Amino acid sequence: MSFDATTLETEVLIIGGGVTGAGIMRDLALRGIHSLLIDKRDLCAGASGGNHGLLHSGGRYVSTDPAAAMECRQENALLKRLAPQCIETAGGLFVAVEGDDPAFAEKFPALCRNAGIDCEELSPGEARRLEPVLSDKLFKACRVPDATIDPFHLALLNVDHARLIDGSVYRPHTEVLRFEMADGEIRAAICHDHLHNRPLTIRARQFVNAGGAWAMNIARLAGCADVSLLYAKGTILVSNDRLAHHVVNRLRPPGDGDILVPGGTVSLLGTTSTRVDDLERVGPTVEEIDRNIREGAAMIPALAGARYIRAFSRVRPLLQAVGNASDRAASRGFALLDHASQGVNNFCTITGGKLTTFRLMAEKTVDLVARRLGNDQACMTATVPLPDDEACSWTEPATALKHWHRDRDADDMILCECEMLPQSAIEQIFAGAPGAEQERTIEAVALRSRAGKGPCQGSFCGIRIGSYLYDQGHYRDATGLAHLRDFFDERFKGQRCVIWGQQAAQMELAEALHCGLLGLDTLEGDR
Amino acid sequence: MTAEPRHFTTQLAVIGSGIAGFAAAIFAINRKIVTAQVGNTGALAYTTGYLDLIGKLGGAAGLVTDPWQALASLRETEPKHPLCRVSADDIQQAFAEFTDFLGACGLAYSAPGASNITALTPVGTLKQTLCVPATMAAGPRAMAANTPCVIVDFRGLKGFSGAEVVANLRDRWPQLTTRRLVFPGMDRGEVYPEVMARALEVPATREQLAEALNGVAGAARVIGLPAILGMHRPDHVRAELERLTGREIFEIPTMPPSVPGIRLRELFQQVLPQRGVTLIPQQRVTALSFDGDGATLALSDSYGPIRVHAQAVILATGRFLSGGLEAHPAGIREHLLDLPVTQPAGRADWYRDRYTDPRGHPIHRAGIEVDDSFRPLTREGRRYHDRLFAAGVILAHQDWIRGRSGAGIAIATSFRAVTEAKRFLSGR
Repeated sequence: MSFDATTLETEVLIIGGGVTGAGIMRDLALRGIHSLLIDKRDLCAGASGGNHGLLHSGGRYVSTDPAAAMECRQENALLKRLAPQCIETAGGLFVAVEGDDPAFAEKFPALCRNAGIDCEELSPGEARRLEPVLSDKLFKACRVPDATIDPFHLALLNVDHARLIDGSVYRPHTEVLRFEMADGEIRAAICHDHLHNRPLTIRARQFVNAGGAWAMNIARLAGCADVSLLYAKGTILVSNDRLAHHVVNRLRPPGDGDILVPGGTVSLLGTTSTRVDDLERVGPTVEEIDRNIREGAAMIPALAGARYIRAFSRVRPLLQAVGNASDRAASRGFALLDHASQGVNNFCTITGGKLTTFRLMAEKTVDLVARRLGNDQACMTATVPLPDDEACSWTEPATALKHWHRDRDADDMILCECEMLPQSAIEQIFAGAPGAEQERTIEAVALRSRAGKGPCQGSFCGIRIGSYLYDQGHYRDATGLAHLRDFFDERFKGQRCVIWGQQAAQMELAEALHCGLLGLDTLEGDR
Repeated sequence: MTAEPRHFTTQLAVIGSGIAGFAAAIFAINRKIVTAQVGNTGALAYTTGYLDLIGKLGGAAGLVTDPWQALASLRETEPKHPLCRVSADDIQQAFAEFTDFLGACGLAYSAPGASNITALTPVGTLKQTLCVPATMAAGPRAMAANTPCVIVDFRGLKGFSGAEVVANLRDRWPQLTTRRLVFPGMDRGEVYPEVMARALEVPATREQLAEALNGVAGAARVIGLPAILGMHRPDHVRAELERLTGREIFEIPTMPPSVPGIRLRELFQQVLPQRGVTLIPQQRVTALSFDGDGATLALSDSYGPIRVHAQAVILATGRFLSGGLEAHPAGIREHLLDLPVTQPAGRADWYRDRYTDPRGHPIHRAGIEVDDSFRPLTREGRRYHDRLFAAGVILAHQDWIRGRSGAGIAIATSFRAVTEAKRFLSGR
């Protein structure tokens, strides 16, 4: 398939490059169905890339949604077996501290058992030996098989595998503007290719809406009014250091600042939940940051004085629950809508759900799509392991370290010193990580690697990577500087609310460099 | 074990070892004031060597070519800006005195002129600055004349790409090209500007580099290099390379910490003690107290506690990077005396939404208040103490980053603070 064409054809067009869309692409390919995956931005730009990276044991849902808890338990075990390269089996603790409801804490182990979730009760002393940062006001602790999963690595590998199987194609920066419809079917998606700034028509037999929080808007483009979502903004903080080995959950009904999840060399603290209407302009606020830290510090006092390098907010799509006022109680399950009731017969929407159940969501979706295509192949994603590919692995902190120890070549310069990202990683990403073939930019590298994720948040490595890309001829004019500025602007959105202490010093230096010296605040041309 | 403190007595104590602190020490010794200087010099290595006065005004994207005219309009639009408390004559004199001192110590600078110099940056953008090191002066001249020039970069040097400089300057400087060389003796792995600079102090390295430069310069009459032309005698290194190549040579600053910043730091640390300054670098003052007879600074080094007794004190401790100001979740504080800090109402107001917003961020305008004699003020608007003066970017109502005015604020306000301290010390 040519990238220069203005009309593309495929069997299935998947709209939305989150983990669900990526999972659908792979599931289709494994059943012999060619697909095209598009995203108006890039992989994991929505909730898929803006969560804790938690692979739920199911423990979180045992009191509110036992069915979801059981789904999590099954998918957790399955993914640990089939996609271990994306997972750290950190283990999880549920801890109750003074002030929490003892009755809730007491019934937790039984609820876990009912859902089939392994739950080991620990004495407060045992729990604090496992995680010395835990509060001494701890009175109850349970261990469950929580784990962490890297959604970027996962999405990249799913797309990569689909591409490998049957040449299915992923196109970032491609946005659906409208659908061309006839006889109760979508014939084509009329898109805009933002990368090349030109229109693009995509013809397919089946259309899948995996737009996540945007699914309601996409469905409406096809005249389907049966997708009803609530938007809940979640805000998460990233600490400079990894504060705990396990996932640490507060043993109480879900609330703000009730979970700390390790993410390689850092920890992620979350989550506040706020209803929003606007999907595009969401960012953390000082108030949310302070609330998360205050609540989190009840479990882990060190959170109050920790150094944070970043915070981010993403919108989670929650399925509208009739007559229920609380967003946290709204269903965390997923919904698959076939839109038959809306008079469209080759279109479906998958939304809601969570990272842990992405594979199951893809399976259910592809069952429907395959049936509509007359394909009776069974789903294979529950049995076929996810193949590895180093080009997709640079989102994992461990990859750079492995590379350093194994392949260290003195001429292979480290460009991101916080995260030890070498030049060769960039070459590997351009050569083999889905979606980077056409877009050899700082942002494309940042999405597919740890570049800019460390304490300096890209303020130095961004410049080094920019220079390297100029050197390699990927940039030949002022575009590279505009991208550099955009990259810093984008990173800043996550830094803005956590700039105090050492980060304020870091930020002053960065700004002196970026604006005072390089003049990125006064670049010529449009913004 | 509690060691007995060592005591130093001085007329003037300068707290801070950035441009402001060193400028204050220089102005003080030029005025025969017995001076001690303490403070960490870390941030100095982050300077580029360029000495800006005003390179950009207000929120406008436009660059300032005439800083003196900009200064005049600043007096209209931002009367509380620290530069507005210093006359243009004093600023001119302060820059001249500062650059003369550097020149006399072997680090020649261009004299402060009537207009800004359009200087080069490592990514090929341009920057308006008042004074540049002599090693960097030929670049702006060659660009203005579109002289054939080759930017030479080096294998293994990260963050400095000749291709990037050329790509971004091509429209303005059509005769600009780039070539890559292996630095003599450094043909494997990463190379570092500081190491290259020290290597170029050796004649044999210069000869090898000159030969390599001649091999790639072709028709170029001017050669631009990353800032690596020696650490202690950059003007000599440049002159030698010019002699050996028969071409004009200039430097472009690299990513910090860069050689020009390290040169300044090493020069100050070496020269000031020779000129009689009691220099206690790399130590942070932990307490400052005043009594009827003077001020006492408490600090300690690896040998134990130190007390510095001074008749007057200049506080030039900088902002967040240097530790003069501390940003706490609940607010911004001045760390040594807890002087009141003028600041935005709350943390949510510190930064605008967009990082590169040309208007800059409100947090950078936070700082301490002074009167016209550069004495810090209390919450009630009274002098904190007759013996206390302040200078540099710790002062409120300026954004040195977006204004491209860091060195200017440091040098000009130090000049005034020393003048006032001198007046105080000599009995008013």
